[in-house]
Amino acid sequence: MIDTVITSEQLVRAINETLRMVGFSLLFGALLGIPIGILLVITRPGGLVENATLYRILNPVINIVRSLPFIILLVAILPFTRLIVHTSIGTSAAIVPLVLYVAPYIGRLVENSLLEVNPGIMEAAKAMGATPLQVIWYFMLPEAFGSLILTMTTATIGLIGATAMAGTVGGGGLGDLAISYGYQRFDTFTIIVTVILLVIFVQGIQSLGNVLARKARRE
Amino acid sequence: MIELKDIHKTYERNGVSNAALKGVSLRAEKGDIYGVIGYSGAGKSTLIRLINYLEKPTKGQVIVDGVPLDSYSDKELRSVKKKIGMIFQHFNLLESKTVFDNIAIPLVLLKKSKKEIKERVTELLQFIGLSDKAKSYPKELSGGQKQRVGIARALASNPSILLCDEATSALDPQTTQSILALLKKINEEYDITIVIITHEMAVIQQICNKVAVMEDGRIIEQGDVLSVFGNPEHPTTQNFVRTVIHNTVPGSVLHSLQAETKGRVFKLEFIGDSASKPIISGLIRNYDVQVNILFANMTEIQATTLGNMIIQLNGSDEVIDQAVAFLAGEVQLIEEVDRV
Repeated sequence: MIDTVITSEQLVRAINETLRMVGFSLLFGALLGIPIGILLVITRPGGLVENATLYRILNPVINIVRSLPFIILLVAILPFTRLIVHTSIGTSAAIVPLVLYVAPYIGRLVENSLLEVNPGIMEAAKAMGATPLQVIWYFMLPEAFGSLILTMTTATIGLIGATAMAGTVGGGGLGDLAISYGYQRFDTFTIIVTVILLVIFVQGIQSLGNVLARKARRE
Repeated sequence: MIELKDIHKTYERNGVSNAALKGVSLRAEKGDIYGVIGYSGAGKSTLIRLINYLEKPTKGQVIVDGVPLDSYSDKELRSVKKKIGMIFQHFNLLESKTVFDNIAIPLVLLKKSKKEIKERVTELLQFIGLSDKAKSYPKELSGGQKQRVGIARALASNPSILLCDEATSALDPQTTQSILALLKKINEEYDITIVIITHEMAVIQQICNKVAVMEDGRIIEQGDVLSVFGNPEHPTTQNFVRTVIHNTVPGSVLHSLQAETKGRVFKLEFIGDSASKPIISGLIRNYDVQVNILFANMTEIQATTLGNMIIQLNGSDEVIDQAVAFLAGEVQLIEEVDRV
């Protein structure tokens, strides 16, 4: 028999927790991050609706949040987390810092994707008399769609990495399982299983992202 | 009608100012095909972007259909832009959308109904001869086909003006021909005023009726294509004209001329009717001179023939002077060529 201290229920629960954390923080992170990315592109000097003040505030704020390692962000914002989800322990408590961690990251990635859109297309849009919102909706986003899919793929994979640290606030998940059983209780089997599962997750998401992006780019 | 009044455009970058346009004025009437030609950096692409206010002048006024563009609000300006189509050197089609959807975009922006959009796009696809490509993506098209789609997109909102930004510069000569023919057809069938910027004189020659030659942010010569081609004054204009009209004596002819000292050499220029009259035969019959044609060339511009000829006249000075007086009455221009 396999020599391990964890039960299959524990493993299934950990997988569920990881999926929940990744899913929810990706959803809310994207809802915040995509508008942030759009704002960064359109308010920058020479952008669609140039706004130096907004850009000069947004840009460093994103840099500050992004310069914090996730494990520090996680504990630093505990009071804020408590305010939002009324608890500082558990999976829900982990989602708040995960969103705060991934939203600026997505913002930056979206910014890069949108900046790659052929400037000629933006010019054509302006020549057609499109409003700034129409330029974003009918020109920028469709043209950047393939690249945005890859952006979200990268963000998702980044999130999976960050969830491993969510154990610190009792968030559970595969990373937590690997640390508390595999590492702290010398259970090699748990380490191997979680590593394999994480590799499969990451590979699967990356492959899916690549396929979708290729479809979007008509390759 | 498009009018540019003493336009200056200066770009400021890192405290350094760079004047792209230094007092440009021009006027294109309804139905004109107005060509603006110049080398890279002459300011022509800034100029064309002033007409739809993609660039705003630092000084001066842009007047479209009688109204100065600076009198419009941003919102009004957007609806003015919908009446000015634009096509580009690199087409600028949306790679993510089909040919049909690309052409439909201006109509979507105008919030037209699905039915209206389908009708108009189908009609435009037929006009550009790409009905079978409606569902294709730009990536699957050739350069010429992409430009046709660009043209259809520019025409979708029924503009009164079409701006062409180096529209044929990325195309091969044969495709250029077909795109120019299409532009001419648009001008004639829909009475759309077209402004073309280019560095190819052949484009001006083939479809424009008016031309402005630009250099270093200024227009150095402008007018009817025929008069500019027939009598280019500025050296840059002469260079451009020479790319389509060969009016210099070939080297070999010049060489043999230098060896020979007899006779006098004249350069003749014909425009229109005089090009088809039997002038040389009249010259030989009426004057006792020997005529030696050293060089001749005919070019067609705006359905008018423009001819150049270099002839050598042998005979007594007196007779030659008479012959020259006769020619002066028949041709557009006659001048003696130095043989040094």
